[in-house]
Amino acid sequence: MKVLVPIKRVVDHNVKVRVKADNSGVDLANVKMAMNPFCEIAVEEAVRLKESGAVSEIVVVTIGAKAADEQLRTALALGADRAIRVETEEDAQPLAIAKALKAVYDKESPNLVILGKQAIDGDNNQTGQMFAALAGLPQGTFASEVKVEGDKVQVTREIDGGLQTVELSLPAVVTTDLRLNEPRYASLPNIMKAKKKPLDVLSADEVGVDFTPKVKVLKVEAPAEREAGIIVGSVDELVEKLKNEAKVI
Amino acid sequence: MSVLVYAEHDNKALNAVTLSVIAAAQKIGGDITVLVAGENANAVAEEAAKAEGVSKVLLADNAAYANQLAENVAELVAEVGKDYTHILAAATTSGKNFAPRVAALLDVNMISEISAVESADTFKRPIYAGNAIATVQSDDAIKVLTVRGTAFDAVAAEGGSAAVESIDIAKDAGISSFVGEELAKSDRPDLTAAKVVISGGRGMQNGENFEMLYNLADKLGAAVGASRAAVDAGYVPNDLQVGQTGKIVAPELYIAVGISGAIQHLAGMKDSKVIVAINKDEEAPIFQVADYGLVADLFDAVPELDAKL
Ligand SMILES: Cc1cc2nc3c(=O)[nH]c(=O)nc-3n(C[C@H](O)[C@H](O)[C@H](O)COP(=O)(O)OP(=O)(O)OC[C@H]3O[C@@H](n4cnc5c(N)ncnc54)[C@H](O)[C@@H]3O)c2cc1C
Ligand SMILES: Nc1ncnc2c1ncn2[C@@H]1O[C@H](COP(=O)(O)O)[C@@H](O)[C@H]1O
Repeated sequence: MKVLVPIKRVVDHNVKVRVKADNSGVDLANVKMAMNPFCEIAVEEAVRLKESGAVSEIVVVTIGAKAADEQLRTALALGADRAIRVETEEDAQPLAIAKALKAVYDKESPNLVILGKQAIDGDNNQTGQMFAALAGLPQGTFASEVKVEGDKVQVTREIDGGLQTVELSLPAVVTTDLRLNEPRYASLPNIMKAKKKPLDVLSADEVGVDFTPKVKVLKVEAPAEREAGIIVGSVDELVEKLKNEAKVI
Repeated sequence: MSVLVYAEHDNKALNAVTLSVIAAAQKIGGDITVLVAGENANAVAEEAAKAEGVSKVLLADNAAYANQLAENVAELVAEVGKDYTHILAAATTSGKNFAPRVAALLDVNMISEISAVESADTFKRPIYAGNAIATVQSDDAIKVLTVRGTAFDAVAAEGGSAAVESIDIAKDAGISSFVGEELAKSDRPDLTAAKVVISGGRGMQNGENFEMLYNLADKLGAAVGASRAAVDAGYVPNDLQVGQTGKIVAPELYIAVGISGAIQHLAGMKDSKVIVAINKDEEAPIFQVADYGLVADLFDAVPELDAKL
């Protein structure tokens, strides 16, 4: 069984981004970049499936500029077998990404596609579901447990009210939530080995997708600042303030 | 303009978040139709018909929609929705699950979790864990949006008198099935709707210690939430997680206990009206957003607070 894992290069999750002075976007110059945390969880899940014997090959794919090769190499060091990058300099949006993934899916015919539930830059939470719809596949989003059994996969999902389990016929799409697994770190020997693993580059034409952003970003602003609060000296003072000043209890 | 609002419910009652989605629809303008898809969900349709501002309710009652499976619901919504200019759903785990599928089926882009309507084609939404607010414009013929419930004041649940029309569209993609669910049972108010929320973090040390917060919550009629660290450590169930990738809350009063205030946590609660932080580390970033900070050991402060309320 083959697994396809789409990953995204994003700003590191520890970075507090700043809005550019001209409100055209956030300032990413000299900011630490990393694999989207939910994609790390997706790669880890694929590697665990391979270690369990259920999976024979893991292909990672990203849509982006050359810099994203770094994250593909990381995925290869973590245990993926091959990488594909679909080349674009555009800040591609989920529908176009999903279309490119569909083209790669048609070429590769994987049995399972595991994505992150959300990229922590745009916070869209769309790509996996859109790809699943385009490919006519079932989806198990926000997964906290994935069990492959024959030609089916059981996915336990983190939903607002608790947990829900669905059964999907393969091929299927899974998007990862935080509790699915705890990703490993790449070892130095594996980082070295990853340099020799195949990384193919496809052009936008080869996948037949126009990556020009369709949803226009008119401006990007900093959120409203909260007014500075106070430090209270005691529980008594806190209760007094909540009752008489804030009037919330 | 014509807006289709997808109703969120459990086949018995309308989830209050739908009233906030209708409020967002009103800001867009035009007629508002509510689509109720479920099994034996007639009561939900009747309830939706009474909501302020609704001109029509469509009821698609079929076993295929009983558990809101995205594969089935998306096909239904795409078919019904193609005659509308806007399709809106709540930015809940249910809306997030099927709405992108609807957009892809209609070959249009989607705009996630809007927090404001600027005009019929322009919306605001938080990005980068709420560290930036983007104003985005779409020229797609059909705009598919999810709506952040806490950002819109709900319309009145009563007063409307829309007609309910049954539609006979059965879409069963046959590729997924519902196996079961474990739903949290609680007598406390819903986290996203509560007026007061008390959240605990890693500083709580274990699940038993959360009893302190539950006791306090019951006194204040509050809901209990948590940081990711507390959920990951197994102190509380996952549906209590507040934050960028959990639930978004904006109560009158939010009390953070033993929570450091990572950006991902702040993303889920910093629109609360009044924020209280109890943390023994005076440098904790949570104090930067707190209206009232108490630098103290929570194991002293929480019991004392409980006693004094
Ligand atoms: C992709 C991604 C998504 C994430 N999504 C979320 C999310 O949605 N929600 C979320 O919350 N986090 C999220 N996180 C995690 C986030 O980055 C932080 O790790 C997390 O919020 C920390 O939780 P915490 O504040 O409980 O723990 P810590 O950061 O460990 O803080 C514990 C605090 O408790 C205090 N404390 C300890 N003992 C006591 C005591 N006895 N009395 C008083 N104070 C005490 C300490 O001083 C400290 O400030 C996400 C992270 C990633 C990478
Ligand atoms: N440019 C991209 N290339 C490959 N995969 C992507 C890309 N953008 C998003 N994804 C995948 O889609 C998931 C959800 O992203 P999003 O819908 O943008 O929140 C990510 O975790 C990735 O698995």
